[in-house]
Amino acid sequence: MTLPPKVTISKIQHSFTSNLKYKHFFLGLLFISTIIILSLPFINFSNDPLKHFEKINLNNVHKLVEVKLSLEEPSRSPRDLKCTHWDCFNIYNCGRTGHDRIAVYVYPLRKYVDANGVPVTESISKEYYQLLKAIVSSKYYTSNPEEACIYVPSIDTLNEERILLNFTSQALNQLPYWSNGENHLIFNLVSGRAPDFSTVVPLDVGRALVAGADFDSFSFRYGFDVAMPAYSPLAATMGQIRNVHFKRFRKVISSQLNIDPYYLDVLQSLKASHPQELLLLDACHPHRYVTRCDVIEATHHRYPDVLTSATFCLMFRGERRGQYVLLEAMAANCIPVIVMDAYVMPFENVIDWKRVAIFIMESQLSSLMDVLSGVSEKKVGEMRESLKFLYDTYFSSMEKIVLTALDVIQDRVYPHRAKTYDEWNMLPKEVNYNPLFYPSTAVRSNGFTAVILTYDRVQSLFLLIERLSKVPSLMKIVVVWNNQKKNPPPMSEFPKIAKPINVIKTKANKLSNRFYPYPEIETEAILHIDDDIVMLTSDEVEFAFEVWREFPDRIVGFPSRMHVWNNVTNSWGYESEWLNEISMVLTGAAFLHKYWSYLYTNALPSNIRDWVDEEMNCEDIAMNFLVANITNKPPIKVTPRKKFKCPECTNNEMLSADKGHMEARSNCVDRFAKIFGRMPLNSVEFRADPVLFKDAFPEKLKRFNNIGSL
Amino acid sequence: MISVMQAKRRYLLVFFVAFLTIWYFGGYELRHKPIAPFNIEQLPSYVNLDSVETGYTIGRDRRAIQNDAKIHCRMETCFDFSKCETDFKVYVYPLEESNVPSPSYQKLLNVLLESRYYTQDPKKACLFVLSIDTLDRDRLSNDYIRNMQTKIQRLPYWNDGTNHIIFNLYSGTWPNYTENNLDFDYGKAILAKASMSEDHMRPGFDISIPLFHKIHPEKGGDPGSLSANSYPLEKTYLLAFKGKRYVYGIGSDTRNSLYHLHNHKDMIMVTTCRHGKSWKDRKDERCDEDNKEYDRYEYETLLKNSTFCLVPRGRRLGSFRFLEALQAGCIPVLLSNGWVLPFSEVIDWNKAVVWADERLLLQVPHIIRSISLSKILQLRQQTQVLWDRYFSSIEKIVYTTLEIIRDKLPKKQKRDGVIWNSFPGALVTLPTFSDSLQDFPFHVKSGKDEFTAVIYCELGIPLSTTSTLFKLVNYLGKSKYVSKILIVWSNEKRPPNKSRWPNLPIHIPLHIIETGSGMESKSSISQRFYPHKEITTDTVLSLDEDTVLTTEEIDFAFIVWKEFPDRIVGYPGRSHYWDDSKSTWGYTSKWTNDYSIVLTGAAFYHHYYNYLYTEWLSPLLHKTVEQSGNCEDILMNFLVSHVTRRPPLKVTQRKQYKEQPSAGSWSPWNDPDHFIQRQTCLNTFAAVFGYMPLLRSNLRLDPVLFKDSVSNKRKKYRRIEAVGS
Repeated sequence: MTLPPKVTISKIQHSFTSNLKYKHFFLGLLFISTIIILSLPFINFSNDPLKHFEKINLNNVHKLVEVKLSLEEPSRSPRDLKCTHWDCFNIYNCGRTGHDRIAVYVYPLRKYVDANGVPVTESISKEYYQLLKAIVSSKYYTSNPEEACIYVPSIDTLNEERILLNFTSQALNQLPYWSNGENHLIFNLVSGRAPDFSTVVPLDVGRALVAGADFDSFSFRYGFDVAMPAYSPLAATMGQIRNVHFKRFRKVISSQLNIDPYYLDVLQSLKASHPQELLLLDACHPHRYVTRCDVIEATHHRYPDVLTSATFCLMFRGERRGQYVLLEAMAANCIPVIVMDAYVMPFENVIDWKRVAIFIMESQLSSLMDVLSGVSEKKVGEMRESLKFLYDTYFSSMEKIVLTALDVIQDRVYPHRAKTYDEWNMLPKEVNYNPLFYPSTAVRSNGFTAVILTYDRVQSLFLLIERLSKVPSLMKIVVVWNNQKKNPPPMSEFPKIAKPINVIKTKANKLSNRFYPYPEIETEAILHIDDDIVMLTSDEVEFAFEVWREFPDRIVGFPSRMHVWNNVTNSWGYESEWLNEISMVLTGAAFLHKYWSYLYTNALPSNIRDWVDEEMNCEDIAMNFLVANITNKPPIKVTPRKKFKCPECTNNEMLSADKGHMEARSNCVDRFAKIFGRMPLNSVEFRADPVLFKDAFPEKLKRFNNIGSL
Repeated sequence: MISVMQAKRRYLLVFFVAFLTIWYFGGYELRHKPIAPFNIEQLPSYVNLDSVETGYTIGRDRRAIQNDAKIHCRMETCFDFSKCETDFKVYVYPLEESNVPSPSYQKLLNVLLESRYYTQDPKKACLFVLSIDTLDRDRLSNDYIRNMQTKIQRLPYWNDGTNHIIFNLYSGTWPNYTENNLDFDYGKAILAKASMSEDHMRPGFDISIPLFHKIHPEKGGDPGSLSANSYPLEKTYLLAFKGKRYVYGIGSDTRNSLYHLHNHKDMIMVTTCRHGKSWKDRKDERCDEDNKEYDRYEYETLLKNSTFCLVPRGRRLGSFRFLEALQAGCIPVLLSNGWVLPFSEVIDWNKAVVWADERLLLQVPHIIRSISLSKILQLRQQTQVLWDRYFSSIEKIVYTTLEIIRDKLPKKQKRDGVIWNSFPGALVTLPTFSDSLQDFPFHVKSGKDEFTAVIYCELGIPLSTTSTLFKLVNYLGKSKYVSKILIVWSNEKRPPNKSRWPNLPIHIPLHIIETGSGMESKSSISQRFYPHKEITTDTVLSLDEDTVLTTEEIDFAFIVWKEFPDRIVGYPGRSHYWDDSKSTWGYTSKWTNDYSIVLTGAAFYHHYYNYLYTEWLSPLLHKTVEQSGNCEDILMNFLVSHVTRRPPLKVTQRKQYKEQPSAGSWSPWNDPDHFIQRQTCLNTFAAVFGYMPLLRSNLRLDPVLFKDSVSNKRKKYRRIEAVGS
């Protein structure tokens, strides 16, 4: 009797120790796993070279490592004027990251002092700081100089007046990856000093790329340097211009400060002949940048606000080419008028300045008012709209400007990924997104493929196949068998026709299967047809193909429908009545380019595609929306209306007739319009018929005579 | 006791873990926090705007921009704009008998002489073109002309080349092929030259043109050969190249290393060393194998069956294959570092070609395989657009060169890149018509629902209240969309007094323009399509005085036109056909299953075509129309089809659009000569255009419910059905 408790105790002890062991085990496990988890990033890092490279710290401006410079070291090279992208830019430095994107490294901030410890560079400017910060937080940044494609020194070279040329040159030359400036990018927005005003900062930059604001076409190395705008800190503080169509009461303003006296003379005489249209401003006494005085009336104007009162703003070649007024005018949505021979406009290789600025040759300045009055109201509206777009996209902050400069280099290094003219310059609403934009009639001999979606109506399917086989341009029939419960009949039972038949068994009974771009479809034209559409004659189908050939980017087919706005329910509805207009052609019998099948499968908003598959309805409406949304073109209905019913079928009412069906379709139209954010459908009042349709003409001589019979 | 120990340990552990976590997440941050908070506003600005100089430090004289040698030529420094103030005309020096130009240069000169740019008067000329052939400046070539320098100096208007254009395809010679060596000093002349490089091109001044073959057509030119916009594009080959390689000397490296890309499957890179007399002396160890492989593939087949075509540099930067690939719709992949692509100041080649870098030859397969299918679809179509608009004939190449120069002239309206890079292109989009794209029929759908009816009266049919003309005016007055009626009166008889014309609603003015009464010296038939300033709408309805049309037909055709503003939309359809027995084009007004012409006796079109007809067509064409007093409607159809590459559109059933002339009375339409004349016109036009631009259509457009078995009350255009054919 005493044994059991012992046993119990030992059991308890045992269970206790085992319990403890468990706990120890788990705690140990917890401990070990914690350590593993915590060290995971490090393990990962040690495989990755990034571990050794930390993101540059830009916040220690006041506590920088000092670098001593002495002016003794010779053998530096001035800017190489002959440089091109092909021989000075080391392309092998790019692409070391494994993706098609330039990697930009920024040198850490340093304080440069001479032999006596006196600083030889001014403290970094706000703008250069913003510039570096923009690079560091951009997708181009890399902290690893070994994989960098572009190097950006953190020595502020924006303004030549703020730097000591020889010390700065030396500071650049002793950068660890300098190698005569190869793949280095030097930013310089103000260059030159009196009296010569060189158009590029005369630093010893060797083969470095210069992103400068003062280039002329002689000093600019095309395809190598980057032309920048002269950044005006003032422009960035100006408010947004909301209405670009608001008419301005002044025609043109000249507000630039250091105008060549030669231009002033011409302007004065223009002012005399156009006193109302031209406002001539100059500095006031005492001079402040934000006030300007009327040259004639000596009235004060607030600058740059005064620019918002004019349609055009003048910009002249001053001592320097880069003029702050360019960005100030753009910010004020005032169309720049550039009077500057051989000037290289900012980002000239990607931005089409002709769209947003007027160019007047210096020798032609006297024609200024004639040229401006020749610009139509419409054009002014277009220019101001584009101007706002370009300014907001590329120029409105230091960050945008520097990222645009990097984008320009990116496009150069990876030209096959480069943005096109349209992407750089056009407002989203202007771009023609039609993927089939080349206007040509499709080739007849290429023919078309008929894609038949079927479930189990074998009899009707066979009848349709037989009828279709008589259409001359038919190349192939693809039967999409959407019934998973039943196998399609063996090929031996199919009608024997001269054209190939492919049967595709789908994995799920989805309506979207009809628009899948099956590789079996080898023609660009597809006739989408339901298995119960057996009433179309061969002439009708062939004629519809003829029509499609002329409009290969549209839906061309037989049964048409309309969308209508319901004032009572405030929603879009669907109409199948006999109307005088059409905006949809049902894909139960329609020709479409195969590209639309791809788009339907890959680019249709997924909530629409899912809706279609769940509801088993409206795939045709979705297709009409898709095509209209991209092309903005209505479909084309062919030949008179038929009764699209199949007399043999009993279940054909299943889909199309019941009352709830119409409601569901209306629901689709409304839902899709909401998803697209607009109603893309357009309506037309015409349909296409053969030229001799219903003409009193021998039927034998008509190419399509069996048209419209029921 | 144990539990206390355990608890302690547990706490210790938790504490330890917590410490680790804090160290890990927080400490990292802590170690990097700056000591003093940093504020960007403390930094100085890079420029102190208040200290921007207010005076001008450099004298009173305007500082001229740099202007030394010819290598520094810019439009501003080397071009005399005063010659181009009034008009943009080109003078061609008379041909000297001693200098027979090469066939290519002869074609180029022909194009200029026939063009609307040509002037015989050097004083009126803005540009000058030599009659001395400068296309081939390779000393070793047969077409090389000697003593060029002295010949140039003898030219009466040379003036160091100011305002001259020198066309050139080949410069330099073996072995260096120096690019800017034309063997004469071209001074300030603008070079329009093939194979230009970034190094030598004077920016904004010289123009890069494509290298074209001796057989390149003078005019017209074949369309691009893209026959289907297949998606996805499934071609036998992805990338192909077949050509010579040079083994040694300049530019040979790139082609010599192409074999690295050859994979016998989808990348076919075949080269041969066989060319020149002494290739065997210089051949390398690969030559025999290469030659064998080379013979296995046919150039044309590769071009047709490849998605991309490699266009590497040869001795010079450009090659014939660039245009060949472009035409074939085989997307060019360029391996020619520093080449300035043809007309690249206006054409955005990123939309049609793929640039590769000679230095990264081995990356080409990777680059090409990374291009998406839809990008390929776009690139291919754009090759066709560019080929068709700017390259398919010498005429287009020359016109494009001239238009690029025109766009640089001061005071001239300029075309932007949208016009240059989209259909129908800059050559047929005249900026003098309007500076806004919205005014052209191509880019935006026409906005306003209104048109101007222009009735051309040349027959002088006696007018009474029952006459066709008055009936027509009456019907027009009832249209919803008409905004003005313009009578172009081209008959010796005076038009009837205003008061005798039918009464029109007050908002529809009626203007009569008498062409006889000392208007411009333009002959009367040209007045029909003259862009009269009275036409203020985008849309023109062109009518004959004996046209029969109902209001409903007018309104329906207008509604259709609004959907196709770039085409001619109207009633009377006609056809052209090729008469094999006579080897000529035939013209028929018989009822046929298709049509290619819609006569302007009852047709809508965009007002811009009036401008284009008057300003743009070659003087030869105008002369043909004026001399025959006929065919202006056919010419208009040629023009519109040439611009749009689309057929016109016929609406509804009506074919008979004229009052049948009463027996005995004369009408040009029952005159057999009239018909023969039209046939002759058709052939003349096709010759001057260099090809047959007319395109056929099989369809006509009817109202949606046309002749449907549904109650007439439902039909919007029910009266059209009563009209018949």
